[in-house]
Amino acid sequence: MSTATSTPTGTGSEPGRRHAAHKNGQAPKRGRMQQRWLPWAFLAPTIAGMGIFTLLPIVASIALAFFRWDIISAPTFVGFDNFAEVVQDPTVRVSFLNTIVFVVVAVALQLGLALGLAIMVQEKMPAWLRVFFRSAFFFPLILSAASVSIFMRYLFNEQFGVVNWLLSIVGIPAVPWLTTPTGSAAVVILVYVWQNFGFSFLLFIGGLASIPVETYEAASIDGATGWRKHWFVTLPLLSPTTLVASVMAIINALQVFDQPYVLTRGGPGDSTRTAVMVIFESAFQRLEFGQASAIGVILTLIIMAITAAQFRLSKRFVFYQ
Amino acid sequence: MTTTQERVTTTAPVVKRKKRDWSVAIRVIVLLIASVFILGPVLWTLSTSLRPPSESFQLPPAFLPLNPDLTSYEQVFKQLNIVALVVNSALVTGLIAVGQMLTAALAGYAFAHLRFRGRGALFSIVLATMMVPAQVTIVPVFMLIRGVGLSDTLLALIIPAIPTAFGTFLMRQYFMGLPGELAEAAAIDGASPWRTFRSVYAPLAMPGLAIVGILAFNFHWNEFFRPLIMTISEQNFTLPLGLVSLQGNLGTGSISVVLAGVVLSMIPALVVFMFGQRALQDGLTAGTGK
Repeated sequence: MSTATSTPTGTGSEPGRRHAAHKNGQAPKRGRMQQRWLPWAFLAPTIAGMGIFTLLPIVASIALAFFRWDIISAPTFVGFDNFAEVVQDPTVRVSFLNTIVFVVVAVALQLGLALGLAIMVQEKMPAWLRVFFRSAFFFPLILSAASVSIFMRYLFNEQFGVVNWLLSIVGIPAVPWLTTPTGSAAVVILVYVWQNFGFSFLLFIGGLASIPVETYEAASIDGATGWRKHWFVTLPLLSPTTLVASVMAIINALQVFDQPYVLTRGGPGDSTRTAVMVIFESAFQRLEFGQASAIGVILTLIIMAITAAQFRLSKRFVFYQ
Repeated sequence: MTTTQERVTTTAPVVKRKKRDWSVAIRVIVLLIASVFILGPVLWTLSTSLRPPSESFQLPPAFLPLNPDLTSYEQVFKQLNIVALVVNSALVTGLIAVGQMLTAALAGYAFAHLRFRGRGALFSIVLATMMVPAQVTIVPVFMLIRGVGLSDTLLALIIPAIPTAFGTFLMRQYFMGLPGELAEAAAIDGASPWRTFRSVYAPLAMPGLAIVGILAFNFHWNEFFRPLIMTISEQNFTLPLGLVSLQGNLGTGSISVVLAGVVLSMIPALVVFMFGQRALQDGLTAGTGK
């Protein structure tokens, strides 16, 4: 987008001075004064709000990670003790491990499903069908993760759930979805992907639409057909979108909370406990605010490292037109 | 890889009719199966909420509500203070949406059309805050809220959610799409800078503001994590929180009652889906380089 400053207006106005209130010579001093403080009046609510509710908390969170504080008694400085304890805590360790496994599997499923369906939707078909499919795949995004997890818990019920009933039709015996570690992890992943793949789908639809038709025509003249066309044309040209979609999917998945909280409360055992769940539990259930902050700082560092790594990698693998 | 060189427009694309028709059919079938998996659970939820509670776990399941029965809806009003939940959710969501639209419009306009020292740096800071996960700031925000005596109030949910980095970014993009000459023309006509914003730019930016509002609505109506932390007493619960606690309180006997609550909570989201889907999609994918 451009600011469109270069278009001549024919009024002889000076370029680059948008609020030239003093231009016609009347009260230049007042105009300039107004110019000075005016932007800050526009910005004040946002800047003040972000300062108080984002920037200050970031600093406070980092500082808090070096203290022991239960909110009731005075905080005591403990150096790196919180980090040391957190790193050795088996529950925290398992939760981070769970989160990593969750991210790998869920993001792979989400991107694969989204890309496959986006390619299929973009190809030739009646327009009304395309609209229907797009709306259908987008639909879960408007629901709350809590509501979705509520009804999915019933659908995955071992004895009476629709999922096991469907499986029984194909001859598969009842799966103990929510009572076993593997089953629970699978449910959390499936429910999460069910709700979120539509977002990646939208991104891929946008990316596919930006690939010029001529490229495909050229490819088919060169003899490329079917999947070869997608492998050699679509995937390379789509790689900027894939990068953005995977960065966003990974960042979001690393912060998963609602689904495991409602579906399994982290159980059975610690099998579906995630990083954010341990932050929540250590802060608001055990009142160990210092430890919670330490876990939060670690999670943020992981998120930043992954984001940086992905953009590094992108320099080698992403193909910009 | 040969790509951009071949941007010559060929007017007659090579089409293989016979083969294409089959592949279209296969594709449509695969996509239909995918849609069944997506919409099926929602249809089951709707139809189960419209059955007597005793038939909740009936198998084979019913996906279409053929003989609607409203017992569960009566029950959800009796067992859950759903009116209070709806009012809370509406208040929280509505005030956040309006607050975000106002502050984002002001800040977005300043970043797009006003000149001041440090504009670029400040905007970079605003963008950077988008990358900070909410879970990291929640502990200090909780303490701040508690410190000023707002814990367990709806304001604890509303106020911290009003400053919006993403909304500011969206509005800046939107205002940058509007020519700066409008301000010059307004200035010549003697309009004050505030008047210029209020009467010239803000009305033109309504579509952008609608996107900010719809995004805020969609996110905060469905929000679970912050309400779970910030509210303690049931009278301050929002809908998702109330429904999750209802599921926890009731045994498996009253599934349809819980589902009736879930369906009721989906109605506003459905309205947005029907009338603002385009805006929502544009907003969600804005800033992803699309």
